[in-house]
Amino acid sequence: MDEGLRSELSKQGIFTTTLEDLYNWGRKNSVWPLQFGLACCAIEMIATSMARYDLARFGAEVFRPSPRQADLMIVAGTVTKKMAPQVVRLYNQMPEPKYVIAMGACAISGGPFKQGYNVLKGIDRYLPVDVHIPGCPPRPEALLHAFMTLQQKIQDQRLDGPLRPRHLDPEGASEFLVPKFGARDLEPPSNPKVWRPPAPARTE
Amino acid sequence: MPGEYSPYTLIVVLLVCAVAFALTPLALAWVWAKKYSPRKPGADKNAIYECGLESKGDAWIQFRSEYYLYAIIFLVFDVETIFLLPFAVSFTGLGAGACIGMLFFLLLLVEGLVWAWQKGVLTWR
Repeated sequence: MDEGLRSELSKQGIFTTTLEDLYNWGRKNSVWPLQFGLACCAIEMIATSMARYDLARFGAEVFRPSPRQADLMIVAGTVTKKMAPQVVRLYNQMPEPKYVIAMGACAISGGPFKQGYNVLKGIDRYLPVDVHIPGCPPRPEALLHAFMTLQQKIQDQRLDGPLRPRHLDPEGASEFLVPKFGARDLEPPSNPKVWRPPAPARTE
Repeated sequence: MPGEYSPYTLIVVLLVCAVAFALTPLALAWVWAKKYSPRKPGADKNAIYECGLESKGDAWIQFRSEYYLYAIIFLVFDVETIFLLPFAVSFTGLGAGACIGMLFFLLLLVEGLVWAWQKGVLTWR
């Protein structure tokens, strides 16, 4: 059905939809986050789920303490190299479809601790992050905005075709490489299937 | 009156409707999952959930069953007190039958105490 006819019908009070849209509408309004926080961003995440900011309006107030029941991983806080394997393993234990929000400067890049020897410079080195939120820490409004961005992303996912998301592809990866503790750094220092270092910019 | 009307017909119809109401969504979800939710088991996903850590050792450990001794001692001293207090309060107004009954009850509990004593539970180790 083309958009013109759909618009014409809606003016007459007839609502039309597709199975795909209906499915995604249901999914995006019942995203259950995994209940875990790594640092101070988690306080903002808790505030977001409380009455003042009320994440329940988006159907995402059900924080699950087990990865078996969670759809969304909010990486809220500094990911130390000691913690990174556990975070990746938790992500691996979540059922598909699963999404990742990297919340705060530390989770997206290492933030103020970027020069630290023990801080991972962004969880996107190991996990396919869907939404990045800058801020130190981001305000609850920023997390809500990230959540609405994720909802839009879920709504736009196709069920078939070459552009379908990873979880609908039987060949698509479900588990990602869990780094090991090496002598000086995590091994490997990043997952090349998920993240590649940006090419060095040359300034003349 | 056309035909024989059985009062159970309606119940059968309702039963069939109720079962269909429960099973249809499950069947639809199953069919949907077959097509749109490819199974992706893996070593990590099938592993025991330990807050992200790898589990160590065997989960099939034996618990010591000696807790029942504490339960018996608790029963002897605590339940005895609970029943002895009202017995003592209304002692003057009780007949001989009630006293014999209460003594029998005490005997039962003291028997447990003697048994625990013989097991050596009361000895500090």
